[in-house]
Amino acid sequence: MAFLDLKNVRKGFAQSVAVENFNLEVERGEFISFLGPSGCGKTTTLRMIAGFETPTSGTIRINGADVTGMPPNRRNVGMVFQSYALFPNMTVADNIGFGLKVARKPAGEIAARVEEMLRTVHLPEFGARYPYQLSGGQQQRVALARALAIQPQVLLLDEPLSALDAKIRVSLRNEIRSIQRQLGITTIYVTHDQEEALSLSDRIVVMSNGRIEQIGTPFEIYNFPTTRFVASFVGTLNVLSAHVASAAEGRLTIDGQEIRASKPLGDVGAGQPINLALRPEIISIDGAADSVPNSTNRLAGTVEDVMFLGPTVRVRVRFGEQALQFDEVNNPHLNPPARGQQITVSFPPEACLILGNA
Amino acid sequence: MRKRHFWPWVWVVLGLLYFFVPLIATFDFSLRARKGVLSFDAYANVFDDTFFYQSFTFSLQAALLTIVISALLIVPTVYWVQLRVPRLRPVVEFVTLLPFVVPAVVLVFGLIRTYSSTLLNSRAGGYSLLVASYVVLSFPYMYRAIDTGLRAIDVRTLTEAAQSLGASWATILLRVIFPNVRIALLSGAFLSFAIVMGEYTIASLLAQPAFGPYMNLKASSAVYEPSALAILSFGLTWGTVALIQFLGRGAPGQTQLGGVR
Repeated sequence: MAFLDLKNVRKGFAQSVAVENFNLEVERGEFISFLGPSGCGKTTTLRMIAGFETPTSGTIRINGADVTGMPPNRRNVGMVFQSYALFPNMTVADNIGFGLKVARKPAGEIAARVEEMLRTVHLPEFGARYPYQLSGGQQQRVALARALAIQPQVLLLDEPLSALDAKIRVSLRNEIRSIQRQLGITTIYVTHDQEEALSLSDRIVVMSNGRIEQIGTPFEIYNFPTTRFVASFVGTLNVLSAHVASAAEGRLTIDGQEIRASKPLGDVGAGQPINLALRPEIISIDGAADSVPNSTNRLAGTVEDVMFLGPTVRVRVRFGEQALQFDEVNNPHLNPPARGQQITVSFPPEACLILGNA
Repeated sequence: MRKRHFWPWVWVVLGLLYFFVPLIATFDFSLRARKGVLSFDAYANVFDDTFFYQSFTFSLQAALLTIVISALLIVPTVYWVQLRVPRLRPVVEFVTLLPFVVPAVVLVFGLIRTYSSTLLNSRAGGYSLLVASYVVLSFPYMYRAIDTGLRAIDVRTLTEAAQSLGASWATILLRVIFPNVRIALLSGAFLSFAIVMGEYTIASLLAQPAFGPYMNLKASSAVYEPSALAILSFGLTWGTVALIQFLGRGAPGQTQLGGVR
């Protein structure tokens, strides 16, 4: 049985449905991210696990126990908030020890645990300070230590890095992952940042409009999106309108040029329009035609725009009514393509993601 | 530039004169109990009067009781309204402002009509009614101070954080909410204290031996002592305001009346 089990969970409000038909099984020690745009229901789902919202229907089980109607203070679930939510009247040590005091643990045990948590989050000297004396990143570490101090069954993080600047976000992200691995705690992480979700998670739950779009490992979610939403939300994507030449052979045409997908296109008739998605990093300029295999797809077009971004050069190429964009690694010894230049781009058949009818 | 600064200063000086001249005159008058010399005789007479101490301690007790009851009533109410029913906020705000709309004399006549044959038959009953009336009078000050204090902290998230750490409602109120509105609570409490210490109408009509009726009695039976009492009363009010300011500089993350620190 899964350690955290959500079955047919639904949450409706007066005017709308926030979460619908949500099913998820999380194994002990797994790191799961809920990824989706604002209003997709990811935070509502997290709040239902925490007990701050009650599902309209469905069940939530933690370690086999049904917690669906259980008040939040009896769930033993640690929560880290976007706004840190440290108690301003308490020192860092008192904040971390709060849950243990509430549980009436002996003073010695509390002090030892607080010390241990401060070391875990690399703030051993900060116990006597007040939250207002800490930076945002330090406050969030304290919030993490406070949530972990009670040894929760599940750790819930609600966009914990959103309020921090980019550099601290990356370092704290790595720290969260390393602490989670070290403690082996089952973790649910809510974010709208795909990079965070991809880099942290064992599995990602991509959500849209209150429903699960896809559940998979970061590798699966990025490389094999099953819906158009996932394909477009996770990573950058070129979506091109193609026409089926032969569904069985996986042949398509874009602006009259034939390309090939690695798999048959399914039950689609010849001449039917179809959406084809290509990740930008898989596309390259076909400068040395002899060096690429014959099976590689090629599309000829006109360079419409070139943007120099430092480590990469972003190129937009137009094929009739459509355009695609890709990044070339900056090579100081080679000039980037010029605007208006005719070029050919290439990509392997395996890179063609078929998203269904246009 | 010089011209631009002239008129504001004129208004400031006029305002200060309007406020301080009567006060200085009262103080001066209170020092003239002994013919030909300035003395504190009037103050000594006041402090020698046992009724002064009796009425002062009576009002002091009533004020402290008022503050405790008012805090216990208003903090959880404001907290609950902000957390669970924010749409009721204007209604609660209106109710707490009623003492400004309904004069104290109307309130006390209502109380007398309603409780004349029950509570007002006993001394304890009359005292209870007096404190209950003071609690109502303290509503606007306590509510506004605590509401401001609670709005300066993220009540919902702090509550949820405490809940996720296993805290019950009582623990959240006592260890998270009350300490975080301590300064706001003190502001409201001191304002209520100042109001109750000088209150006359309710105490007088309920025939309670409070400080307000004592001051009024003195005014009709002595010459210099009422001025001394007025200065003492001012001193008490200013002292409480000074305490609010002093404590308002205190603890981290605290709020005081008038906004976020």
